[in-house]
Formats: sequence, C-alpha cells, structure tokens
Amino acid sequence: MSLAIRGIATDPVPPDKTRRERCTSLTARGEPMVWLTGGGLAVATLMIAGLLLLVIFNGTLTFWPKRLIKITTHDGKTFLGEITRAETYRLSPDQWKELPATEQEKIRQRQGLAQRQLLRTGNFDIYGDHFKWLADHEIAQREYPIGAWMFERQEWGVFVGFMKVVRVDGQPSTESFAQLHEAARARFREIKRIEKSEIGEVNRAIEQLRLAVRRVELKRGKDSPEHKQAVAHAEKRDAELHAEYDKLGAKVAAIRAEDARYVVEVQEVGGRTKELKLSEIVRAYPANDLNTAQRIGVYISRWWEFLTSEPREANTEGGVLPAIFGTVLMTLIMSLAVAPFGVIAALYLREYAKQGPLLSAVRIAVNNLAGVPSIVFGVFGLGFFCYVVGGQIDQMFFPEKLPTPTYGTGGIIWASLTLALLTVPVVIVATEEALAAVPSSMREGSYACGASKWQTIKRIVLPRAMPGVMTGLILAMARGAGEVAPLMITGVVKLAPELPVDGHAPFLHLSRSFMHLGFHIYDVGFQSQNSEAAKPMVFTTTLLLILLIALLNLSAIYIRNRLKKRFVGAQF
Amino acid sequence: MTTLMEEKPASATPTHAVSVAVAPAVTGGSAGGLSLANEETVLEVDQFNLWYGAKQALFDVNLKFPRGKVTALIGPSGCGKSTLIRSINRLNDLIDSVRYSGDMRLNGASILGRNVDVIELRKRTGMVFQKTNPFPMSIYENVIYPLRIDGENRKSVLDEIVERSLRRAALWDEVKDRLHESALQMSGGQQQRLCIARAISAEPEVLLMDEPCSALDPIATAKIEELIYQLKGLYSVIIVTHNMQQAARVSDYTAFFYLGRLIEYDTTEKIFTNPGNKQTEDYVTGRFG
Repeated sequence: MSLAIRGIATDPVPPDKTRRERCTSLTARGEPMVWLTGGGLAVATLMIAGLLLLVIFNGTLTFWPKRLIKITTHDGKTFLGEITRAETYRLSPDQWKELPATEQEKIRQRQGLAQRQLLRTGNFDIYGDHFKWLADHEIAQREYPIGAWMFERQEWGVFVGFMKVVRVDGQPSTESFAQLHEAARARFREIKRIEKSEIGEVNRAIEQLRLAVRRVELKRGKDSPEHKQAVAHAEKRDAELHAEYDKLGAKVAAIRAEDARYVVEVQEVGGRTKELKLSEIVRAYPANDLNTAQRIGVYISRWWEFLTSEPREANTEGGVLPAIFGTVLMTLIMSLAVAPFGVIAALYLREYAKQGPLLSAVRIAVNNLAGVPSIVFGVFGLGFFCYVVGGQIDQMFFPEKLPTPTYGTGGIIWASLTLALLTVPVVIVATEEALAAVPSSMREGSYACGASKWQTIKRIVLPRAMPGVMTGLILAMARGAGEVAPLMITGVVKLAPELPVDGHAPFLHLSRSFMHLGFHIYDVGFQSQNSEAAKPMVFTTTLLLILLIALLNLSAIYIRNRLKKRFVGAQF
Repeated sequence: MTTLMEEKPASATPTHAVSVAVAPAVTGGSAGGLSLANEETVLEVDQFNLWYGAKQALFDVNLKFPRGKVTALIGPSGCGKSTLIRSINRLNDLIDSVRYSGDMRLNGASILGRNVDVIELRKRTGMVFQKTNPFPMSIYENVIYPLRIDGENRKSVLDEIVERSLRRAALWDEVKDRLHESALQMSGGQQQRLCIARAISAEPEVLLMDEPCSALDPIATAKIEELIYQLKGLYSVIIVTHNMQQAARVSDYTAFFYLGRLIEYDTTEKIFTNPGNKQTEDYVTGRFG
C-alpha cells in the first residue's frame, strides 16, 4: 500500500521528508558486531568443549576391558592382545617392492596409504616389548579366541595368554582360580601392611633413638656422662628393636613361603609357558568370554583401584590416591594462606592508603605480578622458603637431624606458600573490586552510628565484600590447583613414600614432599619408559584433575552464594 | 515520654496511619503559640561557612534548632541543606576537600573543634539517610549496632533496647517474630523504619533525617511521617526534605535555604502561609525550584 502511494509521481502533496525510508548503514544496525561477538564466543566454546570431550572420551574409555584379538600373519607368526589404536601410514619404497601385487593394488586404491594397528601384546618378560605394530597387508587371519585371559601383574606389565592349570605345591589344584587368587591377594596385602606399618614403626623407633642420642650429643657434648648414658640406653633399646625387626621379617618370610606354593601356569599365544605367582596377579579376566555385566564389573574395579590405591609400575599402572590427596591438601593450604594475606593487602590498598601515584604504581606492580612466569615463583620459593626459611627452621628446631634436611628442602608447606604467592594478585584484585563495590551509604550509616573505621570495616564492609573475596579465591584455587611448574622444584615428587597426613603426632607433616595430579600427568606422559601404555592413564588422570578442580570450585561457589544471600540481599 | 511510648501500638494500625499523617499540619498549626523565641535551643549553628575545595557551599549560616521539635530544611537541590546536617555529625570530615569555619554548639558545647570526640558526637546524633541502608545482618543486630560497637553484650539490656526502639519506630508488630532474619529481606519502607530504629537505639539527642522518604512509595512515606510526628518530643528532629507538603505536615519549624544561604527561618505555619521573603514565597508556591 505504501508503495502504491509513493508510486504516484505527480502527487500534489510533497512527501514527508522525515519519514522517507533510507538505508541505515551496517555499523548503525550493529549486525556485524552481533556476528563477530557471537562468533568469538562460539570459537571459544568449541575449543573448550572439544578439549573436554577429548579428555572425557579417552579418560572414561581407558578402563573398559577390550576383547583380545588373535592375529596370524602371512609368515605364520601369531599375536594375541588388545588393539590400542589404528592409523594410516605410507610405506617406504623397500617395503613397497616386497608386497605382492594384490596388496599393492589394495593400497593404491586408498591413495597409497596403508593401514596398521597397535596391538598391546603384553608379556614383556618373554617378548621384550609391550606393543607390536601390525599392518593390514601382513595379516592373514583374525579371530577372538575363547579362553584368552588378560592377567594384570604387579610387575612386568600385563600377561596375555591362556590359563593352563593352577598348581599348589606343584600339584594341580582342585580349588578354583578365583578362590585361590582371593586368598593370595589377601596375603599380599598383609605383607604390604606389615612392611609399611609394623616394620615402618620399628624403623621409626630406631631413627628416634638415634636422634635422641644426637640431641644429647649436641647439647652436652660428645663423651659427656649424659651422652655415654644415652648411648648405652640406646644400644640396649636398639638390640630389642632389632630383635623385633627380625621377628617381623620372619613373619613376612613365612607368608612369602606360603605364597610361593600357589602358582598358575599360563601359556602365551606362541606356545611358551610361564608360571605366575597368584599373589602377584592384580586382576585377571577371560577377556573374550565376559558378558556386559562382567565387563562393567572389571571397569568399576579398575576405577576403584585407580581412585583408592597407590601407583605401581613407575606410576603407569595402579592408582593415584596419594596424588589426589596431595593436590587437595596443597590447594587447601594454599587457600588458607592466600585468603588472609590477599584480603589484608587489599584492605590497606583500598581503605587506608592515601590514593595517589605511589598507590597506583603499587597496584600496577601487583597486577603485573600475576604475569610473572610461574617457574620464576618456583625458583623464588625454592631459594627463599626451602633454603632460607626452611634452613633456619632446621637449625633452630631440628639440629639433630642435620645434615638431613627436614624443612630445608621441598615440602608441601613450601609448595603451598609458593602457589599462594603466585595467586595472591588474583585475590588482591578481586577483593579490591569487592571493597569498592560496597555502597558508600553503608559505610556512612555505620560511621553515623558512631563506629570507628576498623569497626566499620570489620562489621559492615568485609561481610558485604565477602562474596567478592570468595570469587577471587575461586579463581586463585583454579589457577593454583592446575599449576605444575613451580611445584616441581618446591616439593612435588614422582613417588612419595608417605602421605603428608598419618597417625603419628603431629598428624599433619607439612615438611613432607607430596604427589600432585598435574605433575603425575607430566611424569606418566613424558617421563615413563613405557609411554605407550601410560598414554591412557594421562587422559584418565587429566579427567580426574579437571573433576577435582571443578569440585573444589563448585564448593567454593556454593559457599559464595550462601554468603551472597546473607550479606547482599535481593533489594535494589 | 513514657506515655507516648505506650500509645504507639494503638495508633500504629494501618488505617489510622494515613489519616494521622495528614492531620499534624492542622494540629501543629492550630496549636498556635509556637514561636522560636519561646523554644529552648538544643543545637546552635553560628556563622557557619563550608567549602568543597574552592567552591563555597554554605554562607554564614546562623540557626537555632529547638529542643523536642521537628525542624524541616527545605530548598532547591544544591542549596546546602544536606551539607548542613552532614556537618552536624561531621560526616563531611570523611571528604578530604571539605573545609569549614564558624561554630556549632550542641547543648552549649562546641562540636566542631579538633579535640571533639567525633565518635561520641555521632552517638549523640542519630542519622537516617536518603537511601535505606540496613546493614547486612539480622534485624536484631541492625538495631543494636550502635551498642554493639560500644561493647554492650548483655542480652537483657539489648533485648529491651531492641523492643523499645522497634516499638518507637512502629516496626515491632511487623518483625517481632523474625528478629533474627536478615534485614535485607524487608520491604523498602520497613528498611527505612529499621534505620530509624537503629538511629534512635542509642538514645541520641538530635535525630538527623536526610530526605528519609524520597525513595519510598506514598504508603511507606505516610507511615514514616506519622512516625516522625510521634517522635516529636522524644527527640529533636532535623529533617531535610524536597517535598513541601511533607515539610508542612510533619514539622514545627521550617528553614528555607537558597544557594547556600539561609533565607528564612520561622514556624512552619508562617513559612507556608505568610512567608516574609519573596524567594520563600516563590519556592513554597512552586514558582521555581
């Protein structure tokens, strides 16, 4: 209709100029900006989602028991194992020449790319290798043999083969493998327990004795009457302890001897047989004969082991409990250190200091601190905390242990403090913003009631700013829990013999070195000899670390929301 | 004093509230006999000048606030009303660029000197702000905040003060069952009455109100106005307002400010019916401002 009206050229009424349609420019309409900003978000989301999916996919599938495939090659060799992955590759000219014409034709059809798969054959003690690449053109036959077993061993990786017979004292046993295995594992755990707690206890007592003598020596001098008395006492007690030690050793030896009676004879696919001690088999299952429920059972049992036990086989197998424990404890200690430190600094910056160029310079410096490479913080932590502070503590409180350092070396406390230093700018910035956001009407209300500055800060400003402080703490925790580089030189180790928390006073041993999931990922992925076998563990550990950080953050967010409800309210 | 307190619950019914809120202007006017010359002075402002940096905001203000009465400060925005009452409890000291000269005397004693205990002064002068500002804590803790910071922890004393203050602020019946819930969950009008309860819990001599109703709806405003009317006699109230009907309804005396100067100060009745100054007349009749 409007078109019709405008179409009359000889309209006597002049067209209304203000209502004339014109083309608004693209920037005025802003559509390109919608696309640009939306696109940016989409790219970021895709990258994060892709990374997470990769980790989740690989991490969750690692423990699923795969079927065992038996592969016979054209030259008559047989291999049995799990297919780990497959890839395409290009043959070298020499290999190409040796191929029969039919195979050459097949490869030519696929643009010259050959297909091969990595078979986890296990049996390192027999083959000298854990894995074997097999190309499609080498394979004559594939089958999934009934009765093929996967044995996960305490050492030497997995054994893949067939179970021949279970023997007790060299005679075939009438009892089933499952029953005997259960008993054997119980004995194995008993040995571990004796070695760890009872023998550990005796060793501790011997060490305490030595330290007591050394203490007297340092205090009274060598060959003083007190020292001689202490030495005599220690020698007597030492003899008792050694007797105890021998007794425990005999106990362990007895269990070991019992253990040696139970073996299972297994045969690898090529026909060679081997006897495995039952107690050294962690888990065994007939991989091709499992139904889905049994597979889920194996899957859950592997996750359970992963979450609740210590690592074995140079960290590539077993669990990560010490690493989980270390990560959580370190993050908590870091939070405890960084929160008061950051809040106090921010309080001075925002509430007390006179605003001016000097303060701006300090603020910029604090912000820049967040950009210093984390390894630099690590070096500082090692130099200052471990050597200077720790060294002083050792000289003052633990002189009898020197030259063995107690606090004067890497430990969970120093790693936590180093990370606290690393993350304190985040907390300061967030707290400052939260303090600035406290409405001035509240401060004035408090002053008008006759409150002093500190009373106002303590009772009004800080509670009101608490959710903002928590936000800063969440960010700091997320950064700290995922940080690895500074930890590597301030207290993280590949394998920690003891947890930082145990049953001996003072229960929390802050000077001990610890394990960390982030370092575990690096160690398993890049420092282990059997890196192919460790690869799935890298994904699983990464998944676990992500979940752990998410859990820590969620609990902090929960606390923050409760604070928000309480202190900020829904009004206005 | 006590009789007034006892009367409160009866007159705090909502239906009553609106009608009473309008009534005071009539009562105050018809009572007659009000004259500044007959009043006892609680707070005296003497040749007071104030500067924000280089800009002077108040010029030679001389004013005597009567004890136990409600005094309204009116005038267009930026005329210095709020600055004046914020000088009484020295909240302006928090602003670095503020300087002032002259004197103020509370019960005859100067309150502007360097050696005056500002914290003590603020306890003697409660203040209610334009923007409701309940603290992020329970209703109970809000009311006793001035006592808490004094270190008063005896529960019996605090309980008594909470009830007395909330009754005087006409809030007791509404909140007595949820004293320990967060004050931030209350409505705007309730929050403002809570702020009044907080301001009077330490028994101040002067109650300063800086546009206490400007952020409230008409019903909440009517409740606050009724409350101010009832607080008359108990406290000397100084109220800053933009709303001239409000000034007429609640106050006994009115001071008109313009461009930092006190133009006219007299009984409310006179200011609104027969102002002595042309500028005052123009303002109260709505010709400018």
